[in-house]
Amino acid sequence: MNLIAIFIAAAVVNNFVLSYFLGICPFLGVSGRVSSALGMGFAVTFVMTITAIVTWLIKHYLLLPFGLPFLEYVAFILVIASMVQFVEMFLKKVVPPLYQALGIYLPLITTNCAILGMALFASLRQYDFLETLFFGIGAGVGFTIALLIMAGIREELDTADVPKPLRGAGITLIIAGLLALAFMGFAGMMGTS
Amino acid sequence: MKKGSAIYEFLKGIWKDNPVLVMLLGMCPVLAVSNTVINGFAMGMAVLFVLVMSSLVISTIKRIIPSQVRIPSFIIVIATFVTIADLFLRAQFPDISKALGPFIPLIIVNCIILARQEAFASKNNPWKSLLDALGMSIGFTWVLVLLGLVRELLGFGTVAGFRVFGTWFEPWIVMILPPGAFITLGIFVGLQKLIMRRTG
Repeated sequence: MNLIAIFIAAAVVNNFVLSYFLGICPFLGVSGRVSSALGMGFAVTFVMTITAIVTWLIKHYLLLPFGLPFLEYVAFILVIASMVQFVEMFLKKVVPPLYQALGIYLPLITTNCAILGMALFASLRQYDFLETLFFGIGAGVGFTIALLIMAGIREELDTADVPKPLRGAGITLIIAGLLALAFMGFAGMMGTS
Repeated sequence: MKKGSAIYEFLKGIWKDNPVLVMLLGMCPVLAVSNTVINGFAMGMAVLFVLVMSSLVISTIKRIIPSQVRIPSFIIVIATFVTIADLFLRAQFPDISKALGPFIPLIIVNCIILARQEAFASKNNPWKSLLDALGMSIGFTWVLVLLGLVRELLGFGTVAGFRVFGTWFEPWIVMILPPGAFITLGIFVGLQKLIMRRTG
């Protein structure tokens, strides 16, 4: 029960993008087309799941036993950077079109705050191994959902008559605000968790 | 103001290439901690420290970093300074540290910092990199403080903790919640574009 609660909380109630503001850069950058949003979402979910596992292991079997908690940030970011490198090589080899579509945003997953944010939140809340895993997957799914909804809206937006200064980033942020408002409705589902 | 001159490198981050309003970098802390003026200012100062120190270090050692591993090297330098800033805040300003929570360590992955290292500090001398870093972080801070001002004023009726509106004021709770952050910043971005166009 607890695991499901953590998963749902991370995916919708406290959606990483819309209520923690994590992963905004790719959210604004890659959400122009549904197909690239889906690819980015999968890449992030994948990296996130692996990162959740590895960072937990590192924290509990390396940093804590040796009394090195101050190295937490450096260690986490190194894990994430190498995971991203791995995913990049994998996509380049196996799914070249997707690799082309994601372009510059793939290396940018390294600096995607959602990934490090997930690792830090899990560490801060002292989740155990399974909780961390579910939290990681939930956060990735939540990120994908937000990105997909946004991409769907932005495809329609191409034909809309938006005031000139708001075109591009301005209107995207305002739409994100309205989406966040809608997602706040989910908070009623499980109190304030 | 010639392109490439020292004064240009300093001023461009404040308005023309503002990291938040124009380049849309480092949005997470902008949106997350701009619910009050104090939080916004504290985050701005933390970013200033990390950006200036990492730019100085990286522009100094850029020749000895092999280009294949430059990104990981940049990140380790950045993570080191963020750890310093985090420990300092925790010791000196525990209240602010608690309010900002994980958003201090998240400066590591703030795109502004990595982007400035990749686009500027790794190609320029320490003096110019220092000016660039200062300009960028001041540009980042003023947007954050202004955003905090608007959101705090409308959301709590206060500015930096002082009550501005009387008891008649009904706070707009939405302004201090996530949607308020997105919408206010969206309007800011639009306004910046509008002013840029008017002034050329």
